[in-house]
Amino acid sequence: MSNALDQIFVTLKHAIVAWFPASWQGLVSALITVAAIIAVFAGLFALTTILERKGLGRIQNRLGPNRVGPFGLLQPVADGLKAMTKEDIVPRAADHIVHFLAPLALVVPVFLALAVVPIGRNMAAIDIDAGLLFFFAVGAATELSVFMAGWSSRNKYSLLGAMRAIAQMISYEVPLILSAVTVVMMVGSLSPVKIVAAQAPDGWMPGWHLFTPWGFAGFLLFLTAATAESNRSPFDLPEGESEIIAGYYIEYSGFKFALFFLGEYIGLFAVSGLAITLFLGGWHAPFAFLEWVPSYAWFFGKLLGLIALFIWIRGTLPRLRMDQLMNFAWKFMLPMSLVNLVTAGVWHFMGAGVARWLVCGVLVAGPYFVLGRSLFEGQKLSKRTYRYAD
Amino acid sequence: MLGEGIIKGMAETARNFVGSYVTKDRLTTVQYPEERLPQHQAARNFPFLVFDGKDPELGLRCVACQICEKECPPQCIYIVKSKDKKPDHIGKPQFYPAVFDIDTSVCMSCQICVEVCPFEAIKMDTEYELSTTDRFDQLLMRKADLAKSNEYYQQIHPTEASEVDARLNAEKAKAEAKAKAEAEAKAKAAALKAAAPQAAPLAGKT
Repeated sequence: MSNALDQIFVTLKHAIVAWFPASWQGLVSALITVAAIIAVFAGLFALTTILERKGLGRIQNRLGPNRVGPFGLLQPVADGLKAMTKEDIVPRAADHIVHFLAPLALVVPVFLALAVVPIGRNMAAIDIDAGLLFFFAVGAATELSVFMAGWSSRNKYSLLGAMRAIAQMISYEVPLILSAVTVVMMVGSLSPVKIVAAQAPDGWMPGWHLFTPWGFAGFLLFLTAATAESNRSPFDLPEGESEIIAGYYIEYSGFKFALFFLGEYIGLFAVSGLAITLFLGGWHAPFAFLEWVPSYAWFFGKLLGLIALFIWIRGTLPRLRMDQLMNFAWKFMLPMSLVNLVTAGVWHFMGAGVARWLVCGVLVAGPYFVLGRSLFEGQKLSKRTYRYAD
Repeated sequence: MLGEGIIKGMAETARNFVGSYVTKDRLTTVQYPEERLPQHQAARNFPFLVFDGKDPELGLRCVACQICEKECPPQCIYIVKSKDKKPDHIGKPQFYPAVFDIDTSVCMSCQICVEVCPFEAIKMDTEYELSTTDRFDQLLMRKADLAKSNEYYQQIHPTEASEVDARLNAEKAKAEAKAKAEAEAKAKAAALKAAAPQAAPLAGKT
Protein backbone atom coordinates (compact mmCIF):
# COMPACT_ATOMS: atom_id res chain seq x y z
CA MET A 1 0.00 0.00 0.00
CA SER A 2 2.62 2.49 1.05
CA ASN A 3 4.72 1.47 -1.91
CA ALA A 4 1.81 2.09 -4.29
CA LEU A 5 1.27 5.54 -2.78
CA ASP A 6 4.98 6.24 -3.04
CA GLN A 7 5.08 5.33 -6.72
CA ILE A 8 1.64 6.70 -7.65
CA PHE A 9 2.98 9.43 -9.95
CA VAL A 10 5.41 7.05 -11.64
CA THR A 11 2.73 4.44 -12.33
CA LEU A 12 0.33 7.14 -13.49
CA LYS A 13 2.87 8.40 -15.98
CA HIS A 14 3.54 4.87 -17.25
CA ALA A 15 -0.19 4.27 -17.62
CA ILE A 16 -0.64 7.45 -19.67
CA VAL A 17 2.41 6.74 -21.82
CA ALA A 18 1.17 3.19 -22.53
CA TRP A 19 -1.85 4.69 -24.37
CA PHE A 20 0.37 6.07 -27.11
CA PRO A 21 2.03 4.19 -29.99
CA ALA A 22 5.58 3.04 -29.27
CA SER A 23 7.22 5.61 -31.50
CA TRP A 24 5.56 8.46 -29.54
CA GLN A 25 6.19 7.15 -26.07
CA GLY A 26 9.56 8.81 -25.53
CA LEU A 27 8.24 12.24 -26.48
CA VAL A 28 5.03 11.90 -24.45
CA SER A 29 6.95 10.74 -21.39
CA ALA A 30 9.29 13.73 -21.63
CA LEU A 31 6.39 16.16 -22.13
CA ILE A 32 4.51 14.82 -19.10
CA THR A 33 7.60 15.16 -16.93
CA VAL A 34 8.31 18.68 -18.11
CA ALA A 35 4.69 19.76 -17.64
CA ALA A 36 4.61 18.28 -14.15
CA ILE A 37 7.84 19.98 -13.09
CA ILE A 38 6.77 23.35 -14.47
CA ALA A 39 3.31 23.12 -12.91
CA VAL A 40 4.49 21.95 -9.48
CA PHE A 41 7.36 24.37 -9.11
CA ALA A 42 5.46 27.33 -10.52
CA GLY A 43 2.71 26.53 -8.01
CA LEU A 44 5.31 26.34 -5.28
CA PHE A 45 6.59 29.73 -6.44
CA ALA A 46 3.11 31.20 -6.02
CA LEU A 47 2.82 29.65 -2.57
CA THR A 48 6.28 30.89 -1.58
CA THR A 49 5.53 34.50 -2.52
CA ILE A 50 2.51 34.59 -0.22
CA LEU A 51 4.28 32.67 2.57
CA GLU A 52 7.25 35.01 2.32
CA ARG A 53 5.11 38.12 2.52
CA LYS A 54 3.11 36.77 5.44
CA GLY A 55 6.20 35.48 7.23
CA LEU A 56 8.13 38.71 6.82
CA GLY A 57 5.04 40.56 8.02
CA ARG A 58 4.82 38.48 11.16
CA ILE A 59 8.53 38.91 11.81
CA GLN A 60 7.94 42.67 11.67
CA ASN A 61 4.76 42.38 13.77
CA ARG A 62 2.52 43.10 10.81
CA LEU A 63 -0.34 41.02 9.46
CA GLY A 64 0.86 40.62 5.91
CA PRO A 65 -1.50 40.40 2.92
CA ASN A 66 -4.92 39.15 4.05
CA ARG A 67 -7.40 40.79 1.68
CA VAL A 68 -7.54 38.57 -1.41
CA GLY A 69 -9.29 35.30 -0.75
CA PRO A 70 -9.32 33.43 2.57
CA PHE A 71 -6.31 34.55 4.64
CA GLY A 72 -5.01 36.34 1.53
CA LEU A 73 -4.16 33.03 -0.12
CA LEU A 74 -5.28 34.25 -3.54
CA GLN A 75 -2.81 37.13 -3.43
CA PRO A 76 -0.43 35.44 -5.94
CA VAL A 77 -3.31 35.28 -8.44
CA ALA A 78 -3.92 39.00 -8.04
CA ASP A 79 -0.20 39.67 -8.36
CA GLY A 80 0.00 37.58 -11.52
CA LEU A 81 -2.98 39.35 -13.07
CA LYS A 82 -1.44 42.69 -12.20
CA ALA A 83 1.87 41.72 -13.77
CA MET A 84 0.15 40.54 -16.94
CA THR A 85 -1.99 43.64 -17.38
CA LYS A 86 0.89 46.06 -16.84
CA GLU A 87 2.41 47.89 -19.74
CA ASP A 88 5.60 46.31 -21.04
CA ILE A 89 8.04 49.17 -21.47
CA VAL A 90 11.30 48.77 -23.35
CA PRO A 91 13.67 51.77 -23.19
CA ARG A 92 14.28 53.38 -26.56
CA ALA A 93 18.04 53.06 -26.28
CA ALA A 94 17.88 49.44 -25.10
CA ASP A 95 19.12 46.52 -27.15
CA HIS A 96 15.66 45.14 -27.87
CA ILE A 97 16.58 41.57 -28.70
CA VAL A 98 18.87 41.03 -25.73
CA HIS A 99 16.44 42.87 -23.47
CA PHE A 100 13.70 40.47 -24.57
CA LEU A 101 15.86 37.35 -24.25
CA ALA A 102 17.31 38.04 -20.80
CA PRO A 103 14.33 36.86 -18.69
CA LEU A 104 13.99 33.75 -20.85
CA ALA A 105 17.70 33.06 -20.45
CA LEU A 106 17.11 33.06 -16.71
CA VAL A 107 13.95 30.97 -16.54
CA VAL A 108 14.99 28.20 -18.96
CA PRO A 109 18.27 27.20 -17.24
CA VAL A 110 16.78 27.17 -13.73
CA PHE A 111 14.02 24.82 -14.90
CA LEU A 112 16.67 22.72 -16.64
CA ALA A 113 18.61 22.55 -13.40
CA LEU A 114 15.54 21.11 -11.66
CA ALA A 115 15.55 18.22 -14.12
CA VAL A 116 18.40 16.39 -12.42
CA VAL A 117 17.13 16.84 -8.85
CA PRO A 118 15.47 13.62 -7.66
CA ILE A 119 12.19 14.69 -6.07
CA GLY A 120 11.17 11.17 -5.04
CA ARG A 121 11.98 7.51 -5.46
CA ASN A 122 12.41 6.92 -9.24
CA MET A 123 11.31 10.51 -9.72
CA ALA A 124 14.32 12.27 -11.21
CA ALA A 125 13.33 13.75 -14.55
CA ILE A 126 16.63 12.75 -16.13
CA ASP A 127 19.03 10.41 -14.39
CA ILE A 128 22.43 11.14 -15.88
CA ASP A 129 25.78 10.10 -14.44
CA ALA A 130 27.18 13.62 -14.46
CA GLY A 131 23.98 15.14 -13.02
CA LEU A 132 25.79 17.36 -10.56
CA LEU A 133 28.05 18.69 -13.28
CA PHE A 134 24.99 19.38 -15.44
CA PHE A 135 23.37 21.24 -12.56
CA PHE A 136 26.32 23.55 -12.01
CA ALA A 137 26.87 24.08 -15.72
CA VAL A 138 23.26 25.07 -16.25
CA GLY A 139 23.15 27.06 -13.04
CA ALA A 140 26.11 29.13 -14.20
CA ALA A 141 24.07 30.22 -17.22
CA THR A 142 21.96 32.44 -15.00
CA GLU A 143 24.94 34.78 -14.69
CA LEU A 144 24.76 35.33 -18.42
CA SER A 145 21.10 36.32 -18.21
CA VAL A 146 21.79 38.76 -15.40
CA PHE A 147 24.48 40.46 -17.40
CA MET A 148 22.32 40.44 -20.52
CA ALA A 149 19.60 42.23 -18.56
CA GLY A 150 22.00 44.75 -17.07
CA TRP A 151 23.82 45.52 -20.29
CA SER A 152 20.87 45.65 -22.68
CA SER A 153 18.86 48.06 -20.51
CA ARG A 154 21.27 50.94 -21.23
CA ASN A 155 20.95 52.13 -17.69
CA LYS A 156 23.82 52.92 -15.34
CA TYR A 157 22.11 51.41 -12.34
CA SER A 158 21.24 48.29 -14.31
CA LEU A 159 24.83 47.88 -15.38
CA LEU A 160 26.12 48.50 -11.85
CA GLY A 161 23.69 45.91 -10.51
CA ALA A 162 24.69 43.41 -13.16
CA MET A 163 28.38 43.95 -12.45
CA ARG A 164 27.79 43.46 -8.76
CA ALA A 165 25.79 40.34 -9.51
CA ILE A 166 28.51 38.87 -11.72
CA ALA A 167 31.22 39.59 -9.16
CA GLN A 168 29.12 38.09 -6.40
CA MET A 169 27.93 35.02 -8.28
CA ILE A 170 31.37 34.10 -9.58
CA SER A 171 32.91 34.56 -6.14
CA TYR A 172 30.33 32.38 -4.46
CA GLU A 173 30.25 29.77 -7.20
CA VAL A 174 33.66 28.58 -5.99
CA PRO A 175 32.68 27.65 -2.40
CA LEU A 176 29.32 26.37 -3.68
CA ILE A 177 30.98 23.84 -5.93
CA LEU A 178 33.81 23.04 -3.52
CA SER A 179 31.38 22.23 -0.73
CA ALA A 180 29.42 20.00 -3.12
CA VAL A 181 32.65 18.28 -4.15
CA THR A 182 33.08 16.88 -0.63
CA VAL A 183 29.91 14.87 -1.13
CA VAL A 184 31.09 13.71 -4.55
CA MET A 185 34.34 12.57 -2.94
CA MET A 186 32.57 10.60 -0.25
CA VAL A 187 29.92 9.01 -2.46
CA GLY A 188 32.21 8.54 -5.43
CA SER A 189 29.59 9.58 -7.95
CA LEU A 190 28.35 12.70 -9.67
CA SER A 191 24.87 11.27 -10.09
CA PRO A 192 22.29 12.87 -7.75
CA VAL A 193 20.33 9.62 -7.67
CA LYS A 194 23.37 7.70 -6.38
CA ILE A 195 24.13 10.47 -3.88
CA VAL A 196 20.61 10.15 -2.46
CA ALA A 197 20.89 6.36 -2.40
CA ALA A 198 24.06 6.66 -0.33
CA GLN A 199 22.10 8.51 2.40
CA ALA A 200 19.52 5.81 3.08
CA PRO A 201 18.67 5.48 6.78
CA ASP A 202 20.65 2.78 8.54
CA GLY A 203 18.36 1.40 11.24
CA TRP A 204 18.14 4.01 13.98
CA MET A 205 20.85 6.18 12.45
CA PRO A 206 19.92 8.74 9.81
CA GLY A 207 22.29 8.43 6.90
CA TRP A 208 22.19 12.13 6.06
CA HIS A 209 25.51 13.73 5.30
CA LEU A 210 24.43 16.59 7.54
CA PHE A 211 25.21 14.46 10.59
CA THR A 212 28.93 14.26 9.95
CA PRO A 213 31.43 17.04 10.74
CA TRP A 214 32.33 17.61 7.08
CA GLY A 215 28.70 17.36 6.05
CA PHE A 216 27.59 19.87 8.67
CA ALA A 217 30.26 22.37 7.65
CA GLY A 218 29.60 21.61 4.00
CA PHE A 219 25.87 22.18 4.42
CA LEU A 220 26.35 25.56 6.09
CA LEU A 221 28.87 26.61 3.44
CA PHE A 222 26.60 25.37 0.67
CA LEU A 223 23.58 27.16 2.14
CA THR A 224 25.49 30.44 2.51
CA ALA A 225 26.84 30.19 -1.02
CA ALA A 226 23.37 29.25 -2.29
CA THR A 227 21.90 32.34 -0.65
CA ALA A 228 24.48 34.46 -2.42
CA GLU A 229 24.03 32.57 -5.66
CA SER A 230 20.28 33.18 -5.73
CA ASN A 231 20.75 36.88 -4.84
CA ARG A 232 18.74 36.63 -1.66
CA SER A 233 19.08 38.73 1.46
CA PRO A 234 21.61 39.32 3.05
CA PHE A 235 23.46 38.96 -0.26
CA ASP A 236 20.93 40.93 -2.34
CA LEU A 237 23.38 43.63 -3.35
CA PRO A 238 22.66 43.32 -7.09
CA GLU A 239 19.16 44.62 -6.48
CA GLY A 240 19.81 46.77 -3.42
CA GLU A 241 16.86 49.17 -3.53
CA SER A 242 18.50 51.77 -1.35
CA GLU A 243 21.68 51.96 -3.42
CA ILE A 244 20.97 51.11 -7.04
CA ILE A 245 17.13 51.13 -7.10
CA ALA A 246 16.54 47.59 -8.35
CA GLY A 247 19.78 46.70 -10.11
CA TYR A 248 19.36 44.86 -13.39
CA TYR A 249 15.57 44.75 -12.88
CA ILE A 250 15.09 48.49 -13.31
CA GLU A 251 14.07 48.60 -16.96
CA TYR A 252 11.82 45.57 -16.70
CA SER A 253 8.10 45.85 -16.12
CA GLY A 254 5.01 43.73 -16.43
CA PHE A 255 5.39 40.08 -17.23
CA LYS A 256 9.11 40.23 -17.98
CA PHE A 257 9.69 41.38 -14.44
CA ALA A 258 7.43 38.59 -13.22
CA LEU A 259 9.54 36.12 -15.23
CA PHE A 260 12.70 37.42 -13.55
CA PHE A 261 11.04 37.03 -10.21
CA LEU A 262 9.93 33.51 -11.12
CA GLY A 263 13.42 32.63 -12.32
CA GLU A 264 14.96 33.86 -9.09
CA TYR A 265 12.62 31.75 -6.97
CA ILE A 266 12.88 28.65 -9.16
CA GLY A 267 16.64 29.04 -8.90
CA LEU A 268 16.27 29.12 -5.15
CA PHE A 269 14.17 25.94 -5.23
CA ALA A 270 16.69 24.23 -7.50
CA VAL A 271 19.63 25.07 -5.29
CA SER A 272 17.66 24.14 -2.15
CA GLY A 273 16.72 20.87 -3.84
CA LEU A 274 20.37 20.23 -4.51
CA ALA A 275 21.22 21.03 -0.88
CA ILE A 276 18.59 18.48 0.16
CA THR A 277 20.01 15.95 -2.30
CA LEU A 278 23.58 16.47 -1.17
CA PHE A 279 23.26 16.87 2.58
CA LEU A 280 19.73 16.28 3.84
CA GLY A 281 19.23 12.78 2.50
CA GLY A 282 17.20 13.70 -0.57
CA TRP A 283 13.80 12.02 -0.50
CA HIS A 284 14.88 9.63 2.28
CA ALA A 285 13.20 9.69 5.64
CA PRO A 286 15.53 10.38 8.57
CA PHE A 287 14.68 7.03 10.20
CA ALA A 288 13.81 3.69 8.67
CA PHE A 289 10.47 3.43 10.52
CA LEU A 290 9.31 6.65 8.85
CA GLU A 291 9.78 5.27 5.35
CA TRP A 292 6.03 4.71 4.96
CA VAL A 293 5.61 8.43 4.30
CA PRO A 294 5.86 8.90 0.50
CA SER A 295 9.29 9.95 -0.69
CA TYR A 296 8.07 13.08 -2.51
CA ALA A 297 6.39 14.23 0.69
CA TRP A 298 9.76 14.09 2.42
CA PHE A 299 11.42 16.00 -0.39
CA PHE A 300 8.84 18.76 -0.50
CA GLY A 301 8.67 18.92 3.29
CA LYS A 302 12.40 19.48 3.43
CA LEU A 303 12.14 22.00 0.59
CA LEU A 304 9.46 23.99 2.42
CA GLY A 305 11.63 23.86 5.54
CA LEU A 306 14.58 25.30 3.67
CA ILE A 307 12.36 27.96 2.10
CA ALA A 308 11.14 28.91 5.58
CA LEU A 309 14.76 29.17 6.67
CA PHE A 310 15.55 31.45 3.73
CA ILE A 311 12.55 33.64 4.57
CA TRP A 312 13.62 33.74 8.20
CA ILE A 313 17.15 34.78 7.21
CA ARG A 314 15.73 37.45 4.91
CA GLY A 315 13.64 38.82 7.74
CA THR A 316 16.64 38.97 10.06
CA LEU A 317 19.85 40.02 8.38
CA PRO A 318 20.64 43.43 6.89
CA ARG A 319 22.31 43.70 3.49
CA LEU A 320 26.09 43.36 3.40
CA ARG A 321 28.43 45.93 1.96
CA MET A 322 30.30 45.04 -1.24
CA ASP A 323 33.72 44.77 0.44
CA GLN A 324 32.27 42.70 3.28
CA LEU A 325 30.71 40.40 0.72
CA MET A 326 33.98 39.88 -1.12
CA ASN A 327 36.02 39.52 2.07
CA PHE A 328 33.62 36.90 3.30
CA ALA A 329 33.75 34.96 0.04
CA TRP A 330 37.50 34.91 -0.44
CA LYS A 331 38.83 35.12 3.12
CA PHE A 332 36.36 32.84 4.85
CA MET A 333 34.22 30.74 2.50
CA LEU A 334 36.99 29.65 0.16
CA PRO A 335 39.59 28.57 2.78
CA MET A 336 36.84 26.99 4.85
CA SER A 337 35.60 24.88 1.94
CA LEU A 338 39.17 23.88 1.05
CA VAL A 339 39.78 22.77 4.64
CA ASN A 340 36.47 20.94 4.47
CA LEU A 341 37.75 18.94 1.49
CA VAL A 342 40.70 17.79 3.63
CA THR A 343 38.31 17.00 6.50
CA ALA A 344 36.22 14.81 4.22
CA GLY A 345 39.38 12.97 3.11
CA VAL A 346 40.49 12.43 6.72
CA TRP A 347 37.00 11.19 7.61
CA HIS A 348 37.12 8.71 4.73
CA PHE A 349 40.54 7.25 5.53
CA MET A 350 40.35 7.12 9.35
CA GLY A 351 37.72 4.41 9.48
CA ALA A 352 34.76 4.28 11.86
CA GLY A 353 35.27 5.17 15.49
CA VAL A 354 35.23 7.98 18.03
CA ALA A 355 38.71 9.16 16.99
CA ARG A 356 37.62 10.39 13.57
CA TRP A 357 34.74 12.34 15.09
CA LEU A 358 37.19 14.12 17.36
CA VAL A 359 39.79 14.79 14.66
CA CYS A 360 37.25 15.92 12.08
CA GLY A 361 35.40 18.00 14.68
CA VAL A 362 38.62 19.85 15.46
CA LEU A 363 39.37 20.16 11.75
CA VAL A 364 36.02 21.90 11.24
CA ALA A 365 35.83 23.98 14.42
CA GLY A 366 39.48 25.11 14.50
CA PRO A 367 39.55 26.82 11.09
CA TYR A 368 36.09 28.23 11.79
CA PHE A 369 37.33 30.09 14.87
CA VAL A 370 40.62 31.15 13.30
CA LEU A 371 39.11 32.33 10.03
CA GLY A 372 36.15 33.89 11.78
CA ARG A 373 38.48 35.87 14.02
CA SER A 374 40.61 36.95 11.08
CA LEU A 375 37.52 38.46 9.46
CA PHE A 376 37.20 40.91 12.33
CA GLU A 377 40.92 41.71 12.41
CA GLY A 378 41.80 45.32 11.93
CA GLN A 379 38.21 46.29 12.58
CA LYS A 380 37.80 48.73 15.38
CA LEU A 381 34.24 48.46 16.58
CA SER A 382 33.52 51.25 19.00
CA LYS A 383 30.72 53.55 19.86
CA ARG A 384 30.42 56.29 17.30
CA THR A 385 30.89 59.77 18.73
CA TYR A 386 29.23 62.77 17.21
CA ARG A 387 30.90 66.11 17.31
CA TYR A 388 27.85 68.34 17.06
CA ALA A 389 24.83 66.17 17.57
CA ASP A 390 25.49 65.20 21.20
CA MET B 1 32.77 34.60 17.48
CA LEU B 2 31.57 34.56 13.91
CA GLY B 3 27.88 33.76 13.66
CA GLU B 4 27.00 34.67 17.23
CA GLY B 5 25.21 37.83 16.20
CA ILE B 6 23.34 35.99 13.46
CA ILE B 7 21.97 33.47 15.93
CA LYS B 8 20.98 36.24 18.33
CA GLY B 9 19.21 38.08 15.53
CA MET B 10 17.46 34.95 14.33
CA ALA B 11 16.22 34.29 17.87
CA GLU B 12 14.87 37.84 18.05
CA THR B 13 12.97 37.56 14.78
CA ALA B 14 11.65 34.15 15.78
CA ARG B 15 10.37 35.70 19.02
CA ASN B 16 8.64 38.40 17.00
CA PHE B 17 7.16 35.85 14.61
CA VAL B 18 5.71 33.65 17.35
CA GLY B 19 4.80 36.62 19.52
CA SER B 20 2.69 38.16 16.77
CA TYR B 21 0.44 35.10 16.94
CA VAL B 22 0.34 34.96 20.74
CA THR B 23 0.16 38.56 21.97
CA LYS B 24 -2.31 40.71 20.09
CA ASP B 25 -0.72 43.91 21.44
CA ARG B 26 2.28 43.40 19.18
CA LEU B 27 0.22 43.95 16.07
CA THR B 28 -0.32 47.66 15.63
CA THR B 29 -2.18 47.29 12.34
CA VAL B 30 -5.70 48.74 12.26
CA GLN B 31 -7.65 46.95 9.54
CA TYR B 32 -9.26 50.16 8.39
CA PRO B 33 -12.67 49.63 6.82
CA GLU B 34 -13.65 47.11 9.50
CA GLU B 35 -11.73 48.54 12.44
CA ARG B 36 -11.43 52.23 13.24
CA LEU B 37 -9.51 54.11 15.84
CA PRO B 38 -11.59 56.60 17.87
CA GLN B 39 -11.15 60.10 16.51
CA HIS B 40 -9.10 62.51 18.52
CA GLN B 41 -11.05 65.46 19.94
CA ALA B 42 -8.75 67.94 18.25
CA ALA B 43 -9.23 66.29 14.86
CA ARG B 44 -10.64 68.61 12.21
CA ASN B 45 -11.41 68.15 8.60
CA PHE B 46 -14.21 70.20 7.09
CA PRO B 47 -16.62 72.80 8.48
CA PHE B 48 -20.28 72.17 9.24
CA LEU B 49 -23.16 74.35 10.49
CA VAL B 50 -24.53 73.78 13.98
CA PHE B 51 -28.27 73.88 14.66
CA ASP B 52 -30.06 73.66 17.99
CA GLY B 53 -33.08 71.50 18.60
CA LYS B 54 -34.62 69.20 16.07
CA ASP B 55 -35.27 71.28 12.97
CA PRO B 56 -32.15 72.18 10.94
CA GLU B 57 -33.98 75.10 9.28
CA LEU B 58 -35.34 76.72 12.42
CA GLY B 59 -32.48 75.97 14.77
CA LEU B 60 -29.62 77.02 12.52
CA ARG B 61 -27.34 79.35 14.48
CA CYS B 62 -25.99 81.03 11.37
CA VAL B 63 -27.27 84.59 10.91
CA ALA B 64 -25.77 85.04 7.42
CA CYS B 65 -23.42 87.80 8.58
CA GLN B 66 -21.01 86.65 5.82
CA ILE B 67 -17.85 87.20 7.89
CA CYS B 68 -16.67 83.66 7.16
CA GLU B 69 -17.35 84.14 3.46
CA LYS B 70 -15.14 87.23 3.47
CA GLU B 71 -12.40 85.71 5.61
CA CYS B 72 -12.17 82.33 3.87
CA PRO B 73 -8.70 82.28 2.25
CA PRO B 74 -9.56 80.00 -0.67
CA GLN B 75 -13.03 81.59 -1.04
CA CYS B 76 -14.90 78.30 -0.82
CA ILE B 77 -17.97 79.64 1.03
CA TYR B 78 -20.96 81.12 -0.80
CA ILE B 79 -23.81 82.71 1.20
CA VAL B 80 -27.05 84.38 0.11
CA LYS B 81 -28.75 86.36 2.90
CA SER B 82 -32.46 85.85 3.46
CA LYS B 83 -34.99 88.64 2.92
CA ASP B 84 -37.02 87.91 6.08
CA LYS B 85 -35.93 87.27 9.65
CA LYS B 86 -36.40 84.46 12.14
CA PRO B 87 -35.79 84.45 15.90
CA ASP B 88 -32.39 83.10 17.06
CA HIS B 89 -31.73 81.16 20.26
CA ILE B 90 -32.36 84.17 22.47
CA GLY B 91 -35.43 85.10 20.53
CA LYS B 92 -33.92 88.07 18.74
CA PRO B 93 -35.06 88.29 15.07
CA GLN B 94 -32.08 87.63 12.77
CA PHE B 95 -31.40 87.02 9.12
CA TYR B 96 -30.64 83.46 8.10
CA PRO B 97 -28.76 82.03 5.09
CA ALA B 98 -31.04 81.29 2.18
CA VAL B 99 -28.10 79.56 0.48
CA PHE B 100 -24.98 78.29 2.24
CA ASP B 101 -22.56 76.34 0.06
CA ILE B 102 -19.03 75.10 0.80
CA ASP B 103 -16.93 73.54 -1.90
CA THR B 104 -15.09 70.55 -0.43
CA SER B 105 -12.59 70.46 -3.25
CA VAL B 106 -11.53 74.04 -2.49
CA CYS B 107 -11.65 74.06 1.32
CA MET B 108 -8.22 73.76 2.91
CA SER B 109 -9.45 72.94 6.45
CA CYS B 110 -7.77 76.02 7.93
CA GLN B 111 -10.52 76.59 10.52
CA ILE B 112 -10.44 80.38 9.97
CA CYS B 113 -14.22 80.41 9.40
CA VAL B 114 -14.62 78.88 12.85
CA GLU B 115 -12.27 81.38 14.45
CA VAL B 116 -14.07 84.41 13.05
CA CYS B 117 -17.68 83.29 13.60
CA PRO B 118 -19.21 85.40 16.40
CA PHE B 119 -22.29 83.17 16.67
CA GLU B 120 -20.67 79.72 17.25
CA ALA B 121 -22.52 78.70 14.13
CA ILE B 122 -19.77 77.03 12.10
CA LYS B 123 -17.53 74.31 13.53
CA MET B 124 -15.04 71.74 12.24
CA ASP B 125 -16.21 68.23 11.49
CA THR B 126 -14.14 65.08 12.01
CA GLU B 127 -15.72 63.20 9.14
CA TYR B 128 -12.98 62.09 6.72
CA GLU B 129 -14.67 59.75 4.27
CA LEU B 130 -15.68 62.47 1.83
CA SER B 131 -14.91 60.78 -1.45
CA THR B 132 -17.66 60.81 -4.05
CA THR B 133 -18.15 59.56 -7.58
CA ASP B 134 -18.98 63.00 -8.96
CA ARG B 135 -16.53 65.84 -8.63
CA PHE B 136 -18.95 68.70 -9.33
CA ASP B 137 -22.28 68.24 -7.65
CA GLN B 138 -21.41 65.97 -4.75
CA LEU B 139 -18.27 67.85 -3.74
CA LEU B 140 -20.30 71.05 -3.32
CA MET B 141 -21.94 70.77 0.09
CA ARG B 142 -25.34 72.47 0.35
CA LYS B 143 -26.95 73.92 3.46
CA ALA B 144 -28.89 70.71 4.08
CA ASP B 145 -25.66 68.63 3.92
CA LEU B 146 -23.80 71.05 6.16
CA ALA B 147 -26.39 71.39 8.93
CA LYS B 148 -25.62 69.08 11.81
CA SER B 149 -27.16 69.02 15.26
CA ASN B 150 -25.61 70.35 18.45
CA GLU B 151 -25.75 66.78 19.84
CA TYR B 152 -23.43 65.69 17.05
CA TYR B 153 -21.09 68.56 17.91
CA GLN B 154 -21.15 67.47 21.54
CA GLN B 155 -20.27 63.99 20.42
CA ILE B 156 -17.22 64.82 18.28
CA HIS B 157 -15.71 67.69 20.31
CA PRO B 158 -17.11 67.22 23.86
CA THR B 159 -14.82 69.68 25.67
CA GLU B 160 -15.14 72.48 23.16
CA ALA B 161 -18.88 71.95 22.72
CA SER B 162 -19.66 72.13 26.43
CA GLU B 163 -17.70 75.38 26.69
CA VAL B 164 -19.71 76.78 23.79
CA ASP B 165 -22.95 75.55 25.30
CA ALA B 166 -22.14 77.09 28.67
CA ARG B 167 -21.39 80.42 27.01
CA LEU B 168 -24.56 80.34 24.94
CA ASN B 169 -26.66 79.35 27.93
CA ALA B 170 -25.15 82.18 29.95
CA GLU B 171 -25.97 84.59 27.12
CA LYS B 172 -29.47 83.22 26.95
CA ALA B 173 -29.93 83.47 30.72
CA LYS B 174 -28.63 87.04 30.62
CA ALA B 175 -30.97 87.89 27.78
CA GLU B 176 -33.84 86.24 29.59
CA ALA B 177 -33.00 88.10 32.78
CA LYS B 178 -32.82 91.31 30.80
CA ALA B 179 -36.10 90.56 29.09
CA LYS B 180 -37.62 89.75 32.44
CA ALA B 181 -36.28 92.95 33.94
CA GLU B 182 -37.59 94.85 30.95
CA ALA B 183 -40.89 93.10 31.23
CA GLU B 184 -41.01 93.93 34.91
CA ALA B 185 -40.07 97.52 34.19
CA LYS B 186 -42.76 97.59 31.54
CA ALA B 187 -45.24 96.05 33.91
CA LYS B 188 -44.29 98.61 36.51
CA ALA B 189 -44.66 101.37 33.99
CA ALA B 190 -47.96 99.89 32.96
CA ALA B 191 -49.01 99.69 36.59
CA LEU B 192 -47.96 103.27 37.06
CA LYS B 193 -49.85 104.15 33.95
CA ALA B 194 -52.79 102.19 35.24
CA ALA B 195 -52.58 104.05 38.52
CA ALA B 196 -52.18 107.38 36.78
CA PRO B 197 -55.42 107.45 34.72
CA GLN B 198 -57.38 108.88 37.62
CA ALA B 199 -55.30 111.98 37.45
CA ALA B 200 -54.46 111.77 33.82
CA PRO B 201 -57.85 112.31 32.23
CA LEU B 202 -58.00 115.51 33.99
CA ALA B 203 -54.63 116.43 32.91
CA GLY B 204 -55.49 115.16 29.44
CA LYS B 205 -58.47 117.24 29.20
CA THR B 206 -56.84 120.32 30.44
